[in-house]
Formats: sequence, C-alpha cells, structure tokens
Amino acid sequence: MLAFFNSNYHLITIVILSIFLGIEVISRVPAVLHTPLMSGANAIHGVVIIGAIIVMGEAHEGDILSLVLGFLAVVLGTLNVVGGFVVTDRMLEMFGKKKKK
Amino acid sequence: MSTNPFLLLSYLIGSITFIMGLKMLSHPETARKGNMIAAVGMTLSIFTTIFLYKNHNGEGLHNYVWIFAALVIGTVVGTMAAKKVQMTSMPEMVSLFNGMGGACAMLISLIEYNSDLQPAAGKLIIIVLGMIIGTVSFAGSMVAWGKLNGRIKDRTIPGGQVINFAIFGAVIFLSAMVVGGYTGNHAVFYAILGFAALYGILFVMPIGGADMPVVISLLNSFTGVAAAFGGFLYNNPVMLTGGILVGSAGTILTILMCKAMNRSLMNVLIGSFGAKPGAAGPGGN
Repeated sequence: MLAFFNSNYHLITIVILSIFLGIEVISRVPAVLHTPLMSGANAIHGVVIIGAIIVMGEAHEGDILSLVLGFLAVVLGTLNVVGGFVVTDRMLEMFGKKKKK
Repeated sequence: MSTNPFLLLSYLIGSITFIMGLKMLSHPETARKGNMIAAVGMTLSIFTTIFLYKNHNGEGLHNYVWIFAALVIGTVVGTMAAKKVQMTSMPEMVSLFNGMGGACAMLISLIEYNSDLQPAAGKLIIIVLGMIIGTVSFAGSMVAWGKLNGRIKDRTIPGGQVINFAIFGAVIFLSAMVVGGYTGNHAVFYAILGFAALYGILFVMPIGGADMPVVISLLNSFTGVAAAFGGFLYNNPVMLTGGILVGSAGTILTILMCKAMNRSLMNVLIGSFGAKPGAAGPGGN
C-alpha cells in the first residue's frame, strides 16, 4: 500500500487537485448552460482516444484481434471527440443567436 | 523513460485548455470560445501523441495507416452526425457520443487484458475498473439514447433494485477473483463485462424519460472516470486531468441539474419507479 503510494505520488496528487478544480470551475454555471456544459465535458472525456491511439499504435502487425479492436476504439473515440465538440458548438451557436434577438 | 519534452509540453497545454474550456463554458459570453479552446488542446494532444509518443523501450508507434483511417472515418461520421441532428434531439446525440467514449475505454481495457499475459496486480485493477465503468457508461448511454428517441419505453422490472444489487455484487466478486489472481481464466473477465453491461442497462431502464438529461450527465462523469483510468494505465497526464475534471465537474453538474428541477439525485435514481409523467418540475433545462 505504502509502496503504491510512493510510486504513484504524483498521479495521486494530480487526481486530488483535479477533483477540487473540476468542482470549483463549474460551480457557478447558470441553468441555461447546463446542457452545453454537459456536452462540452462529454467532448473533453474523449481524451480517452489518446489511450486508443497508443494501444492501436503498439499492436503487433500479426495480431489481427488487437488491430481490429484498436481500430474500432480509435473510430469510437474520434466520434466522441469530434461529435462532442461540434454538437456543443451548434448548441452554443443557437444560444448566441437567441440572446442577440 | 524516454519521454519527449515536446509531448509533455503539449499534454500540459492540453490540460490547461480543458480547465479553461470548462471555466469558459460556464459563462454565457465565453462559452463558445471555451469549447473551441478545449477542441484545439485536444487536437494538439492527439497529434503529438501520434508522432512523438515512445514506449518504455523507446519505440514509437506504428500502424499509422490504421490510425489515420480510423481518425478520418470518425471525424467524417462524427461531423456529419453532429451537423445533421435536429436541435431538439441534441441530448440524445450527446448520450450517443458519450456511449462511444465509454465503449472506447472498454475496448482499451479489453486489448490490454488480452495482450499482457502476466500483468501486475495494480495494472490489472486499473484494467478491470476501466473496463467496468466504460461498459456501464456505454450500455447505460445506449439505453438513454433509445429512450430519448422513443425506441425504448420506460419499463419497471419488479424487484429491479434487488436484481441490480445482485449484479453489482457479482461484478465486485468476479473482479476480486481476477485481480486477486484466483483465476487466470479469460471467461471470467468476459463474464464481468457481460454483467457490467447488464447493470448499465438495468440501471437506466426504470428511470423516466424526463429525467434522462440528469442520467446522461451522470454517465458522462462515469466515462470521465473511465478515461482517467486510461491515464493511470499509460501514465498519461492529459488523460488523467481531462478524465478526472470531467468526472468531478460532471458529478457536480448532475447535482446542479437535479436542483434546477427541485429534486435530489437519489430521488431521480431511486424514487422514479413507475416514472410518473410530468415528474420533472418547471425550471428544468
């Protein structure tokens, strides 16, 4: 347990600070922005695609199963990232127009 | 470790853009710009990973053809889907994309489990947890998506809570067996995957359609946590900060959304048996 703490000290610090930062950063969001913020956060957790790229890029040439699953993972991750940001942008575009009227 | 300093710098920039993005997304004037900034940081992190990432042996990535083919397909399909969707069906689109992220996390764990024959206990915990949370998020998001577009009706299963609790217990028990090294049988790992999927489905099934945005927000933070496990797996700071930020911000947002509907989260998750129509009060977004 202590050994785990010692070797992962930096990561654990990042986790703890990020938890508080996440809470702090959005705590005053007005209700109209709830859905766009959810959508934006949805796009951000698309960072998982970096993991998919690493697995895909390290798969051995002959390992068809890993190649196929990795390919699928990168496609799905890209959908999450690209779709997420574009949908959020469209929501906010509508929001901006409404406000100007 | 043979980590490229430019790669680390791009990850740092990526993390900062995510924090700024979330901050700006919570103010009406800056929201759209915040979304853009996060998108730029994400693109930077993705491309520096592709070209600069090196593993412990100092080897870079290969299979570039596969990677770029997947990126192009995902980008084209994702953009078209996001551009075409009706304004009224935005939440179901978010749910669908959230499910894709969960499935991505699940697949990463699957591949890692299959390719490492003798993983250390710590790595195994991360793989199993990432797989479970990703799967629950994926299955739950698919049900939420189906409910929002009317393909899946609200359904209450008698004794649903008890069944769910039993499935949850089974997931914990089997995971402990795999992580504790009591079984090296791959079938057990797939059984966990199956139970996690079932749990995700049954978890969302009885919740009323009007409460779906709250559930999607909750599943959204689940996927964030699943992404963070990927960060632990690859010792990758941008995955870790991005995932945890969404995990904590998403949880708070879920609670704020409940408050806006004058309800508590427990009320939405448990009290919605039978899912009475018009359950969502005014003020809901």
